[in-house]
Amino acid sequence: MAHDPKFTNQQFKVVGTRVNRPDGVDKVTGRAKYGADASAPGQLVGLFLRSPHAHARIKKIDTSKAEKLKGVKAVITAADLPDLTGNRGNLDILENCMARDRALYDGHAVAAVAAVDKATAKQALKLIKVTYELLPHVTDVDEAMHPEAPVVQPHIFTVGVDPKPTKPSNIAKVSEFGHGDVEAGFREADVIIEKSYKTEQTHQGYIEPHACLANVNPDGTADLWVTTQGHYTFRTVCSTLLGLDMAKLKVTSSEIGGGFGGKTHVWIEPIALALSRKAGRPVKCVMSREEVFKASGPTCSTSMDIKIGAKKDGTITAATAALRYQDGAFSASWGMMGAMTAFACYDLKNCKSVGYDVLCNRPKVAAYRAPSAPMAAFGVESTMDLVAEAIGMAPIDLRLKNAAKEGTRASYGPTYGPIGIIPTLEAAKAHPHMKAKLGKNQGRGMACGFWFNFGGQTCTDINIGTDGTVSLALGTVDVGGARASMSLIAAEELGIPYDQVKATVADTATLGHNDTTEGSRGTFSSGMATIFAARDAIEELKARAAKMWDIPVEAVVWEEGHAKAIGDEHSNLPPLSLKEIAARSPRTGGPIAGHNEVVADGAGVSFASHICDVEVDPETGSTRVLRYTVIQDAGKAIHPDYVEGQFQGGAAQGIGWALNEEYIYGEDGRLQNAGFLDYRIPVCSDLPFIDTQILEIPNPNHPYGIRGVGETSIVPPLAAIGNAVSNAAGVRMVHTPMSPPRILAALEAQDELEAAE
Amino acid sequence: MQIGLTGALRSAADGASEIEIEADTIRELMQELIKRYPKMADHMDEGIAVAIDGQIFRDEWSQKIPPGAEVFLMPRLQGG
Repeated sequence: MAHDPKFTNQQFKVVGTRVNRPDGVDKVTGRAKYGADASAPGQLVGLFLRSPHAHARIKKIDTSKAEKLKGVKAVITAADLPDLTGNRGNLDILENCMARDRALYDGHAVAAVAAVDKATAKQALKLIKVTYELLPHVTDVDEAMHPEAPVVQPHIFTVGVDPKPTKPSNIAKVSEFGHGDVEAGFREADVIIEKSYKTEQTHQGYIEPHACLANVNPDGTADLWVTTQGHYTFRTVCSTLLGLDMAKLKVTSSEIGGGFGGKTHVWIEPIALALSRKAGRPVKCVMSREEVFKASGPTCSTSMDIKIGAKKDGTITAATAALRYQDGAFSASWGMMGAMTAFACYDLKNCKSVGYDVLCNRPKVAAYRAPSAPMAAFGVESTMDLVAEAIGMAPIDLRLKNAAKEGTRASYGPTYGPIGIIPTLEAAKAHPHMKAKLGKNQGRGMACGFWFNFGGQTCTDINIGTDGTVSLALGTVDVGGARASMSLIAAEELGIPYDQVKATVADTATLGHNDTTEGSRGTFSSGMATIFAARDAIEELKARAAKMWDIPVEAVVWEEGHAKAIGDEHSNLPPLSLKEIAARSPRTGGPIAGHNEVVADGAGVSFASHICDVEVDPETGSTRVLRYTVIQDAGKAIHPDYVEGQFQGGAAQGIGWALNEEYIYGEDGRLQNAGFLDYRIPVCSDLPFIDTQILEIPNPNHPYGIRGVGETSIVPPLAAIGNAVSNAAGVRMVHTPMSPPRILAALEAQDELEAAE
Repeated sequence: MQIGLTGALRSAADGASEIEIEADTIRELMQELIKRYPKMADHMDEGIAVAIDGQIFRDEWSQKIPPGAEVFLMPRLQGG
């Protein structure tokens, strides 16, 4: 049945309430089963041998001694993984899972073993002899762009430049966006601010490491239990890499202990399947924290130049950005996305942003919550504050003066429909936080953020039991409250209590393909599919009621969870509840179900404005966040607790990124701080209560007006904190993390400059 | 109709920021695009999104393009 996705301004009874989360008790009592919590009879322990070198040719791998060790059931190297992929993108995935002729970064897997226990597997790793030839390496994005830099991937020739280069380069892609005439725009400006910025590489920091249990049977059927954001995508990728039949590989997503983009890619899973296939037994692989840091997918480090020109009245006349993003050892599009998002908050007549995707000898970069946008926002929003200061305008007024609105041509091309950045700025301006008094060494900063939000392929099933309870099968992983939110939506449509719905995340054998839960698409996409599946079920409920009454289905309507007969001739028929119809279903046509598959396009873009107060200790360079407020457009908040949680979570991660977190590489190209002791993420005692304000500007392309909310909240914090720290310390910070040594260095450099003057 | 190109797609269309293509659906648009600019093949493998009047379509190629619509082609994006 065709359904209309357009917004209808429906009035809600259940949606928007703060019901108990269905997974809450399991999670706080330890019953919830995560990636490492599955087991199978006869399972083996899978461990990986990883390169200690940043860049090295693998001349030989001798696994003979390991294979002879008692208890070892399989040893895998690239020799066991022929290229069945047929395209470079998939070959890159395979090569990242297991190095082929070269190790491309510290931590790159070069072999794996499956053994009867961990001690035996560890001993086997020690018996594998790898002969390396060390190669020159590069880990800094600016150094990697130098023409003389060691080439990370010799098959990469820069895309996006004409003519095509004749030499390989670490610059994998150049992407330009914008419109107008920026040179003419800068000539109109009264003030021009130009500044360079750097952000260091950070990790999503999910508490649960990558973990899976793989079992390949002799008949080619296989099971994979795994912590993932996209079990259908994992099925597609693993079956492609290993030559398995997609229908024979059943992938089940476990509870997920955080992903934030890092669990949208495969890392250990294809190798676990390959080990199981070779050993003929189930294999369980669980990454250590060191492996998570070294060999899963952190975000990019960046280097950028931002230039903004404005008139004295605050009108921005031109803006440019050059954004250099370090992608790790494999080609990606993170620099391109930074260039697309950089100026997306503003209505600009003349703008140009150029993204450079640059390869380095670091782990493959993965998505991290609104990938690429926080770094670009750090550069642009910091420069906006400098422009405001130069023309004597309040930073928030400069942003309001230039904010994008419906009809604005976005800096990345299209024209915006209804959007919510101005309401977030107006709410920020009116917020009591903005007027609160500040003390000594304290500063306030604010910043805006943008994220696209996506939809995608989605499939949902509703099955109604004979007792009237409703099973809702979802294909999007519950990374942020999907089971509660979708249950609310099903209950709303069917007109029944929330507790009457039980939602589960289905495995890949149960539902059709669902795209990965990324791009803040879960509530938007599965929400749409759940609405449509429920409406399908209602049509069937109406048909069954018509049978029970022996009247035409056209004379039946669905209201408040009941079938009602309309027309004077049926006025004596009392309404039938969903439970009553369900109870009679065996004798009215069998099970009652609703189903929907949809490509949910039209996810509305999202904006946020953040306000932050900090105190900087000028003696130690230490920063304490005193107060933090997130204001964001959610379109429609289905379960406000979860929406607020997303706002708070993004801000908390952004605070860590802004103040403490960074990958530190030595001269030898080895990661120096692969653990939570030396890579410090914020803990509760580091954070104030993060205040939130939900705005609801409906997305016209969703029946309930839903926009994604999961990612935008991490876009403004780097800049909001950067502006606050700069105001508190009296020196402009241009490099994240703004850790104590970096703040002290900036203060000392300023003192030296003032002394010289 | 005028089709706007962004990012690396411009270089695949010989540097053009706008091209003229007549198409009623995204599928027709893609077919004409690859016929006219074979270098688009690599980008199509990675995915191309189409913005029609500001609404981004990543997968639904049967989507109709209304007369006079603003159309932009963009590289397919990833999220977290």
